[in-house]
Amino acid sequence: MYDAPRSTENTVSTEDIKFECTDCQVYYGDNHAIKDVSVKIEDKTVTAFIGPSGCGKSTFLRCLNRMNDTIDVARIEGSFLLDGQDIYDRKVDPVQLRAKVGMVFQKPNPFPKSIYDNIAYGPRIHGLARSKADLDEIVEKSLRRGAIWDEVKDRLHAPGTGLSGGQQQRLCIARAIATEPEVLLMDEPCSALDPIATAQVEELIDELRAQYSVVIVTHSMQQAARVSQKTAFFHLGNLVEYDETSKIFTNPEDPRTESYITGRIG
Amino acid sequence: MTDASLNTPAHSGKQLSQADAHTKKRNAAEKRFRAYGLSAILIGLFFLVVLFTSIIRSGLPAFTRTVVDVEFTLTQEQFDAAEKELFKTKAYSNLFIAELQGKLGEKGVEVEFDEKAIERLLGKVGSTIREHYKENPDTLGAPVRFELAASSRVDGYFKGRVTRDTLQDSRFLQLSDLDLVDALEEAGVIKQAFNWTFITGTDSGVDNPGGAGIGASVVGSFFMMLVVLALSLPIGVAASIYLEEFAPQNKFTDLIEVNISNLAAVPSIVFGILGLAVFIQFMHLPQSAPLVGGLVLTLMTLPTIIISTRASLKSVPPSIREAALGVGASKMQTVFHHVLPLAMPGILTGTIIGLAQALGETAPLLLIGMVGFVARGYPEGFAQGFTEANSAMPAQIYTWAARADVSFYEKAWGGIIILLAFLLTMNIIAIILRRRFERRW
Ligand SMILES: Nc1ncnc2c1ncn2[C@@H]1O[C@H](COP(=O)(O)OP(=O)(O)O)[C@@H](O)[C@H]1O
Ligand SMILES: [Mg+2]
Repeated sequence: MYDAPRSTENTVSTEDIKFECTDCQVYYGDNHAIKDVSVKIEDKTVTAFIGPSGCGKSTFLRCLNRMNDTIDVARIEGSFLLDGQDIYDRKVDPVQLRAKVGMVFQKPNPFPKSIYDNIAYGPRIHGLARSKADLDEIVEKSLRRGAIWDEVKDRLHAPGTGLSGGQQQRLCIARAIATEPEVLLMDEPCSALDPIATAQVEELIDELRAQYSVVIVTHSMQQAARVSQKTAFFHLGNLVEYDETSKIFTNPEDPRTESYITGRIG
Repeated sequence: MTDASLNTPAHSGKQLSQADAHTKKRNAAEKRFRAYGLSAILIGLFFLVVLFTSIIRSGLPAFTRTVVDVEFTLTQEQFDAAEKELFKTKAYSNLFIAELQGKLGEKGVEVEFDEKAIERLLGKVGSTIREHYKENPDTLGAPVRFELAASSRVDGYFKGRVTRDTLQDSRFLQLSDLDLVDALEEAGVIKQAFNWTFITGTDSGVDNPGGAGIGASVVGSFFMMLVVLALSLPIGVAASIYLEEFAPQNKFTDLIEVNISNLAAVPSIVFGILGLAVFIQFMHLPQSAPLVGGLVLTLMTLPTIIISTRASLKSVPPSIREAALGVGASKMQTVFHHVLPLAMPGILTGTIIGLAQALGETAPLLLIGMVGFVARGYPEGFAQGFTEANSAMPAQIYTWAARADVSFYEKAWGGIIILLAFLLTMNIIAIILRRRFERRW
């Protein structure tokens, strides 16, 4: 049921698998938060994680760039392969992994620095720019891809915290893009935004799909339906169903998925 | 009845402009609470005002002293003649007396006095004048102004410590001398002047309150604060960063945390005895030295700095840490590039408050020999500033307050004004730093 994604007109599907996770378990102390989850996340695709709150969507997402490493009580088991390489291997440095797997958080969290420095920070610490001109170029490119260049090009040295919520979130997306990642993880990126800002971010996500594998956690089923090609439904730590978005929303196989989508659990 | 109150809320049907009993009670309670709060603040303010007026009233006289101000001309012939005498200083003081009598005569003030009286009033005038001319022979023949400090009893007569009723004739001051003082005042020869000696001078012996100054102990305190700052800021900040950002949460770190909080509450005299045992008796560092004082105060200040630094690190929102980790910053880069700059205002404020506490601390200095030490000189150089025996401001104040002569009491109050001025300056610096570094996020 998880294999062989069929192509629909909605998908820019290649058969490339970016992430292959098998039998993943996450424990927070005694709390078994992720149970036996196996999933294959495709490249150049938007994958949505949906499910009732507390079901483990964020937890699973944070496993993909090892953000859970910073939580003392978290214990992770199973295999997470990024392009065939185990990201929890001893030899993998989470710092390098996070440059390749960027993350955007629920609440826009720009650094209390200038817009320019917000974008330039990642490339600087990873040594991606050899000169000031290089860096300027990266900043411009990232802001353009983050669909915010036109709004901030005249005030690159104004504080990033002075932007509106939606602009801040696009700035954060641009910041994640600046380190040239292959995967972008977004944890409810629009939950703190108004409908107009949400529409802008969704549009941006759709554009990003051309280059990246995007995984988005959302509590809004309409959003999942709008932006994603694949949808995973989580419930109480289990991955209940994972399929084409159109299939999940029109013809789910599991009764739990159906009752969630029709609003009976959630 | 229950049904009725269920269906119709208690406030229904009433006019908004008419307060019901319940609302009245609430408003009265609020008014009472405001009154309590206001009176608490007023009581606090009252004590503050009392404290400051009494400090200023008692301390200000320490900043002035009574001087005899005379313009005096000595010719070459007079100088040569005096130098030929057997009692040379006596010759000079006779010249001075003659000059003084001339001045009084000019103003039409008549008073009888002799050389002994002048000595009781001004000390050894003759030797002061002789020294001046031996060192500056070129001023011979030209008028020179001498500002001669009056004895502490005469000073006390001007400041109200000594009165005609309480004065008993002694070798220090006699009732008849006060007539001379009054006459000199009438002639405008004796007056109050700003006492620079008090600010720049060193401590004097118990018998010379007039010459006592706080300068040397300010220098002592300065060197102590240098030691405290140089040790407690880096150690405290490093320890807090490690505990807050890197250390795993377990029983051991919990134990350390509890102990740091407890250390902050340990009486300072305990740190004093620890310093005595470790730094002086075991490590044989010099007694009464600012270095040892600084080390002891460092021990005392560390918990304060650690606690305030950890609090300000904690107050940096976790979203900033996530953001940095999310773009691939290492733990250390996250802390040093993002968390620490945001925590800086809190850290600096905590450090300065800790330093201010240390600056006013007296008890630990008692045990390492800085209290009671008579700091008669300034350190010879920068390095000696740390190792040469010295006093510190609060220790000096305590020493003065403990001396028998009442004129030292006035010095103690004056010392407190200077100490408070330093504390105030440090607090202002803390506020400025906080303003400057504070950023919104
Ligand atoms: N840092 C944490 N420490 C302990 N338990 C956590 C932590 N984060 C999440 N959990 C637990 O893991 C489960 C899944 O949480 P989460 O992944 O945040 O759910 P979702 O994002 O789907 O709402 C919840 O039961 C939650 O209480
Ligand atoms: Mg979540």
